[in-house]
Amino acid sequence: MTAPAIVTRALTRRFGAVTAVRDLSLEVPPGEIFGLLGPNGSGKTTTIRMLCGLLEPSAGSASVAGVDVAQAPERVKSHIGYMSQRFGLYEDLTVAENLDFYAGVYGLRGEARAARIAEVTGFIGLAAERTLQLAGQLSGGWKQRLALACALIHRPDVLFLDEPTAGVDPAARRNFWRAIQDLARAGTTVVVTTHYMDEAAQCARVALMSSGHLIALGSPAEVARQVGGETLEDAYIILQERDER
Amino acid sequence: MMPRFWPLFRKEFIQMRRDRLTLMIMTGLPVLQLLLFGYAIQTDVRHLPTVVLDQSRTPESREIVAAFENTGNFRIVAWVDDRPALDRRIARGDAQAGIVVPHQFPRDLARGRTATVQIIVDASDPLSSQSALAAAAGVAQARNLEILSAAAHRAVPLDARVRPRYNPGLRSPNYIVPGLVGVLLTLTMVLITAMAIVRERERGTLEQLIVTPVTKTELMLGKIAPYIGVGLVQMTTVLFAGRFIFDVPLTGSLTLLYAIALLFIVASLAFGLFISTLVRTQQQAMQVAFFFVLPNILLSGFMFPRQAMPELFQWIGALLPLTHFLKVLRGILLRGVGLDALWREVLILTGFAVVLIGLAVQRFQKTLD
Repeated sequence: MTAPAIVTRALTRRFGAVTAVRDLSLEVPPGEIFGLLGPNGSGKTTTIRMLCGLLEPSAGSASVAGVDVAQAPERVKSHIGYMSQRFGLYEDLTVAENLDFYAGVYGLRGEARAARIAEVTGFIGLAAERTLQLAGQLSGGWKQRLALACALIHRPDVLFLDEPTAGVDPAARRNFWRAIQDLARAGTTVVVTTHYMDEAAQCARVALMSSGHLIALGSPAEVARQVGGETLEDAYIILQERDER
Repeated sequence: MMPRFWPLFRKEFIQMRRDRLTLMIMTGLPVLQLLLFGYAIQTDVRHLPTVVLDQSRTPESREIVAAFENTGNFRIVAWVDDRPALDRRIARGDAQAGIVVPHQFPRDLARGRTATVQIIVDASDPLSSQSALAAAAGVAQARNLEILSAAAHRAVPLDARVRPRYNPGLRSPNYIVPGLVGVLLTLTMVLITAMAIVRERERGTLEQLIVTPVTKTELMLGKIAPYIGVGLVQMTTVLFAGRFIFDVPLTGSLTLLYAIALLFIVASLAFGLFISTLVRTQQQAMQVAFFFVLPNILLSGFMFPRQAMPELFQWIGALLPLTHFLKVLRGILLRGVGLDALWREVLILTGFAVVLIGLAVQRFQKTLD
């Protein structure tokens, strides 16, 4: 038995009077693709931000790659990669400069840096001539792939992807998910939020959240049954209607 | 030691090079301000347009009018025939001063009575009227002494000789340009750092950056260090342009000046960093920075002498780093003094730097909330 990559115990985050995440407890084993599903405002992004050490939990605890994120939010950061919902790289830097910058910030030096940059650009299928383009001039699909490359540059144990494929065309989405599957096979734990049900179906397990609560947890089929729908999509819609009432 | 500082430093430079607005603030602003302040601001008012009403039309009256004109403070624009015409010209703004030489002027002079010349000044602008008043009094006094000493057959009994040291020509640029170095540094250093952090927050790049193991110190230094260089370049530009365009002297030790300037720059950058923790958008950052710059221009002694201000405002002025840096700039550049004369200012500026860095460190957080 290997230790779980992520453990949360009654993890809670309040913003003033609003509780964005309430009593969230779950475990994710290493190498799993774990989906966080739920309507907008259900607490997915807040959960990911707490796990990344970007937001302090109001109560409860969480550990990522064996590091307690509330106690040592800085120590967890070398173990994780993160792609925010919004494109978070520098649009006024070229592709190569972005990669070089993040490699440097993650402490890679000299030949190791050059080798690793070549490796990740190869992994996302980025041609060399594109690396001189400004990141801001890339298409949505290429931006996502570049962001993934930067998030992977230090070989993180756990990768957090917050709606990584929003606004990306279907072919690019399929490519992106192939890359995710490869990473998981190689042992990286992936936590991903998405609104696309075909993507959710590719997760080993999903957690369905609503208004900060964990509603259901299990394989996509199990979760659909627990909520009372035939497919995950049914479950999702049932939840959303319940929220709106 | 801080392995992630250099990537941040490099990145900041690349972005600086590609950002038009930042480049403009850094290079265009100093040159523009220098030309504007250097040419436009002349506190020594010369060549005041003047209208003359000479009622006596004698050699004596023409002589006294010429004496006024020769001071350089008055420029005769018109001769009129009666008092209403003179008043009208001043009221309309065609002239700002009027000289009235009455009928009896040469007769009074000849008989040894007090002869009167009337000077009328438009005092709605106190600065220009004051120099006219001073010049008029000077002309009268000089003529008095001349006449008296001739009558008494002896030398002038008393002569107060004022020697304007350090700026013998009483030139405005000598006063304004050194101050401009300080004003520009205040404006650009505070503005650039405040914007540099807030821009990352606005564009969403800060979130991606703080999820890396980069430390708070590395992040702050990475934002400050590139702009120290920018500040020094700006200062050099203004100093040398001031030297070659406006003949402003560089009397004292430039090494000392740059060393103290470094303190001032760091204090200003730290303050910019502090502002960035208080605001959410670049626009707010800009507003706060300009709001801060205004009292700096008005109360620091850059344009208006602090001695003339009510005590309360002198105290407020003393809370601005610029006030103390101006003393350093003028002390070194115009009077050529050294550390022995400026140690108090150095201590105060060090204090400002330490406190402002402390504030910035305390407020700056590596989390999103």
